[in-house]
Amino acid sequence: MMGANKLTIAAARDALRKGDLTAVDLTMACLTAIDAGDGLGAFVHKTPEIALEQARAADARLAAGNAPSLCGIPLGIKDLFCTKGVASQAASNILKGFKPEYESTVTAQLFGAGAVMLGKLNMDEFAMGSSNETSCYGPVVNPWRCDDRELTPGGSSGGSAAAVAADLCLAATGTDTGGSIRQPAAFTGIVGIKPTYGRVSRWGIVAFASSLDQAGPMTKTVRDAAIMLGCMAGHDPKDSTSADLAVPDFEAALTGDIRGRRIGIPREYRMDGMPAEIEKLWAAGTAMLRDAGAEIVDISLPHTKYALPTYYVVAPAEASSNLARYDGVRYGHRAKLAAGDGITEMYEKTRAEGFGAEVQRRVMIGTYVLSAGFYDAYYNRARKVRALIKRDFEQAFAAGVDAILTPATPSAAFGLGEMANASPVEMYLNDVFTVTVNLAGLPGIAVPVGLDAQGLPLGLQLIGRPWEEGDLLNHAYVLERAAGFVAKPEKWW
Amino acid sequence: MAIDIDTARRVAHLARIRVEEDDLAALAGELSGILNFMEQLGEVDVTGIEPMTSVTPMRLVRRADVVTDGNIQAQILANAPDAREGFFAVPKVVE
Repeated sequence: MMGANKLTIAAARDALRKGDLTAVDLTMACLTAIDAGDGLGAFVHKTPEIALEQARAADARLAAGNAPSLCGIPLGIKDLFCTKGVASQAASNILKGFKPEYESTVTAQLFGAGAVMLGKLNMDEFAMGSSNETSCYGPVVNPWRCDDRELTPGGSSGGSAAAVAADLCLAATGTDTGGSIRQPAAFTGIVGIKPTYGRVSRWGIVAFASSLDQAGPMTKTVRDAAIMLGCMAGHDPKDSTSADLAVPDFEAALTGDIRGRRIGIPREYRMDGMPAEIEKLWAAGTAMLRDAGAEIVDISLPHTKYALPTYYVVAPAEASSNLARYDGVRYGHRAKLAAGDGITEMYEKTRAEGFGAEVQRRVMIGTYVLSAGFYDAYYNRARKVRALIKRDFEQAFAAGVDAILTPATPSAAFGLGEMANASPVEMYLNDVFTVTVNLAGLPGIAVPVGLDAQGLPLGLQLIGRPWEEGDLLNHAYVLERAAGFVAKPEKWW
Repeated sequence: MAIDIDTARRVAHLARIRVEEDDLAALAGELSGILNFMEQLGEVDVTGIEPMTSVTPMRLVRRADVVTDGNIQAQILANAPDAREGFFAVPKVVE
């Protein structure tokens, strides 16, 4: 089958089961597309031997019948996931050469379901960034373009987003601490869902901010997101914050019927200086859900404006603690030492050489807000405001709102290098619509809804009740069908 | 809250990240900019609000206090930059 790499998971699954396609052929199509797509910088460690071995095993399983949905489906894996025997370096020089002796729970579950790993995907270093420019491998280029500039695919899951949008793989894993699945999904015209905190095990995923991190699928359609999330989710005793809840059949939740459901439109998300195109898209999405029979209600989430500063206290605080393990002793890089250097010099030189500028900045901010004398003023205050942000959502849901519709990003994809002279805080504004969801631990999904005047994709975000990913995906499915977004980037790579 | 050069030096040391003396002024400026952004949190009335400790209300899971893993010395040392005789090796820490 020509162009099998362009299939959705659902279409490939059906073709594989019918015998119209083999997993080996499908995998070969993706491997060919990956080699032709080096200009995108999405795949940073290719694993064709593993892929073909897994594909052959998948074909045998398909032939035997009763193969799971992901059997034979080729995926890209974000470099943040530990994969046994395969480089897993979180796009950081400090983990150069690190090959885990173990497999993350998420990838183990995906491979257990028969999925095929094509390789590891580029990202921002330790998932800290919104443009993929903090990666030790260099930036990913967005397959979408509107002039001769190279655009960012967003971050931190920029390699995952670009690889899916450019049909290098059928889908990819992402992780989302403040918007790292949803913002790149919106910038590349694909679907990305961050599940409820605790739905997907964090075990074996390199930690950034443990109370915010969640993994999720990045896919071409909402149906694919439902299929893949079902395989990623589930209780894991190795992650103490993993929820001991049954995983429903998310695909079965896609009924396309949202009549009578209440959609909240939060007034605080109407930011000053919001581009007219984003406002128009939001209004159009609202109309689509209304036309599908939902009731639209205005809601208030009064602490929204404090979400970014809260996030930029809590996330660096947790990062400074999590990243203390990179000390040049147990794995990764160790600096060359001068005569007479002791262990403190070893730590300091190793971390200065191994961490990039943004990671160093966040580790130091985190160190500062946790240090004696400032802990109450910054960290404890931020945790209190976080409780208020969560309460805002709880009150909206208690008042009968089923889902909340917002823009996914404050703009379309911007040019690589364009933010080079911006302050760190300006870059952080990319997360303005997405961080609230991480702070409150809720599920959120980005759905492509339209193109801007330059022809770049724009997405909307739906936020759901905790543990109600099935319901959230159904709302997203209705929005996807109404928007009818079918545009693809024109191939230049 | 502005961070001066001495504070920047202290934070870098606490974080065990070597920063050259010439780079401290720029670092202090960047950190001040970020902290300035966080100052907005001072506007929020947090009277009577407990700091959030758990994202979803759940009890920390406990398990029986028994050995469930081990005897994997080679795997644990496999990625070490310097492993000798079954140990991680580091510069001398005691005279």
